Amino acid sequence: MNSPAHDFPGSAAPFSAAGADGETRSTNDYAQEGLEPAGTRTPRLSVEQASYAYAIRGSEAPEFTLEATSFHARQGELVAILGPNASGKSTLLKLISGTLEPLSGRVLLDGFETARLDARTRAQRIAVVLQESQLLFPCRAWEFVLQGRHPYGRAWRFVSDEDVRIADNALEQVAAGRLASRWMDKISGGEKQRVILARALAQQPLLLLLDEPTLHLDIGAQVGLLENLRRLAAEHRYTVVVVTHELALAGEYADQVVLLHRGKCLRVGSPAAVYQRDLLEQVFETRLTVELGPAGRPRVSVLGK
Amino acid sequence: MRPLTLKRVLWDCAVLLALLFLVVVVSLKLGAVPVSMYGLGRDLIRVALGRSSELSSEYRLIVFDIRLPRILLGVFVGASLSVAGASFQALLRNPLADPYVLGVSSGSALGAILALVAAPHLHLSSLAGALLTPLFAFLGAMATIAAVYFLARREGQIDSGTLLLAGIISASFLSAVIMFLMTTLPGRDLRGMAFWLMGDLSTPLPASYRWLLAVGFFAAAGAVYTTAADLNLLLAGEREAIHLGVDIVRVRLVVYVAASFLTALAVSVSGAIGYVGLLVPHVMRLLFRSDYRLLLPTAALGGAIAVVIADTLARTVVAPTELPVGAMTAMAGAPLFVYLLRRRLT
Repeated sequence: MNSPAHDFPGSAAPFSAAGADGETRSTNDYAQEGLEPAGTRTPRLSVEQASYAYAIRGSEAPEFTLEATSFHARQGELVAILGPNASGKSTLLKLISGTLEPLSGRVLLDGFETARLDARTRAQRIAVVLQESQLLFPCRAWEFVLQGRHPYGRAWRFVSDEDVRIADNALEQVAAGRLASRWMDKISGGEKQRVILARALAQQPLLLLLDEPTLHLDIGAQVGLLENLRRLAAEHRYTVVVVTHELALAGEYADQVVLLHRGKCLRVGSPAAVYQRDLLEQVFETRLTVELGPAGRPRVSVLGK
Repeated sequence: MRPLTLKRVLWDCAVLLALLFLVVVVSLKLGAVPVSMYGLGRDLIRVALGRSSELSSEYRLIVFDIRLPRILLGVFVGASLSVAGASFQALLRNPLADPYVLGVSSGSALGAILALVAAPHLHLSSLAGALLTPLFAFLGAMATIAAVYFLARREGQIDSGTLLLAGIISASFLSAVIMFLMTTLPGRDLRGMAFWLMGDLSTPLPASYRWLLAVGFFAAAGAVYTTAADLNLLLAGEREAIHLGVDIVRVRLVVYVAASFLTALAVSVSGAIGYVGLLVPHVMRLLFRSDYRLLLPTAALGGAIAVVIADTLARTVVAPTELPVGAMTAMAGAPLFVYLLRRRLT
C-alpha cells in the first residue's frame, strides 16, 4: 500500500551468492507492516548461519552437508524454502523445528534457540505438518485435531471444553468444519491435508512449518492450501515456512524465497528477485522461462530439455 | 462429537468389573467337585461379613483355598499380559505385537529357568531365592525385546513383517535353549515343565509371590498409564509425536521397562500364555476406543476376564484331568490372529 522499503533485518543477512540483497524485496511484500506496532518488526524467526552435516563415522567425510544458511522471518510472513530433491530443504526444516541442533550457527524463535527448548514448550510454539500422516488405528477428524492440544495437557488430564472449542475453531479456520465427524482414512487427500493443518493450528503456534505439503494434492487442492496459508498468516500473524519444490506455487504465494541447491543456500529474497532464469535453470536442471506477472509475481513456464 | 472423559472411562471400567465379578463367581462354582450356586452365594456373603469361620471345611478348602487363589492369579496374569501387549503395540507401532509373538515370553521363560538352574548353586536366603525367578524373567524379557527391536530396525524404521519374523525366530531359538536346559535338569517334573511352558495356572503360589504380583502389576500398569496420552500420539507416528510435544525417549523407556516387567511377572508365575496380549487389546479397541487412556484399563480387565474364562475351561472340559491354560488361549487365539492378520493385509 503506502509503506516504503524498510531497512529490514533480514536484508542484512549474508548470502552465499551474489546478487541478492536489501533491494530485492518489493515494497508490496510488507504492505501491512505500516499498520503494526514497531515491536513486530523484529524478526520472529532468525536463522543465523545455521549449518549441519550428517556424518557416517566421525572421521569420514560427511554424507551430506547443509552449508551456513541465514534468513529472517517476521509475523505474518510466508517463507518458501525452495529447491530440487536432495538440496537440503528437509535438513533446514529440521534445524528450524529444533529436531536437529545446528553444527554451527543458531536458529532463534523469539530469541530462544529452538533446539534447546524442551519438547512440550517447543510444541506450544512450533507446529510442524509433515509429508505423510499414517494412522495405525483409524480416528475421526475431530479426534485428530484434538491431538494438537496435547502440548497443553497433562498426562492425567482429559480434554477440556476449551480444548474442544479451540479444535472446532481450528477446523473452521481451514473450512473443514463439516469433516469433523468423518474418519481420517475415508476422506480425500486434500481434505486430509486440511485436517492436518487444523491440528497444527490447534497447537496455537507462533511458527507453522510445512514439509512438502502439496506433494500428494491435485492442483486445485494445492492452490486451496496455499491460499489458506496466506490468509492464516495475514489474519492470525503466524510465521509460515513451507518447504517445497513447486516453483510456480512458491513464486505466487511466498513473501520470501530461500533457494537451496546441493546443500548451499544460493539466494534469499522476494520471488521476483530470486527467480532469475539462468539461476533456476541451473538449480532445477531444466529449461524454463520467467516472466513478471501483473502483481510483480514471477511466472515460470517449463520448456523441456 | 464426544471427547473421552474420565466419567466415560470409569463407567466402561465399571461394566467390565461387574462382568469380571460374574465370571469369577461362575468360575468358583465350576470344577471337578460340584458346588451349588446357593451354597456358593451363602459362603460368599459369610466371607464378606467376616464370618468365614462358619464355612464348612470342605467348601473352604475347595472354593477359597484352591479355586479362589487360582482365579485371582488368572486375573493378574491376564491383566499383566494384556497391558503388556497394548504397551508393546504402541511402543513398536505394530498392532500385531504382543509378548508371546515377539518372543518376549520365551525370553522371560528362559530367564526363569536359568534362575531355577542357578538357584541351588548360589546358596541364597529363601526370600532372595524366591525373587530370583521374577528378576531373571525380567532380565530375559528386556534382553529379548531389545534384540528383536534391533533385528527389525532398518534405517531407523521398524518394518512390521521383519518385526514379527524376528519375534518368531527369537521365540523358536529361545524355546530350543529352554528344552536343552530342561533335559539337563536332574529329576525335574518334565510334564510340569511342559505345562508351564505352554502356560499353566495350576501351580499354587507362595504368599510372597502373590503380593509381588499384585503390587508389581499396579506399579507397572500405573507407570504405563502416565504415558497413555503420549502413546496415542506415538501410534500416529514418531516424528509427529515429537512435534506434538511427546518426550519420546522418556516414554519409550517407561513403556519398555514396564511392559517387560509385566511380561516377566506373568511368565514367572504362569509360564508363556499366548495370544492374550495380542487379542484382548484388539477386541477392546473394537468394543470401546483405541484411546490408550481408555484402552489400558479396559484391556487390563478384559485380559483378566479372558484368562479366567480360559483357565476355567482348561480345568473343566476334560475334568478330572486338566489342560494347560495356554492351550486354551492358543486354540481360541490362533484363528483370531490369522483373521486379524488377513484383514490387515487386504
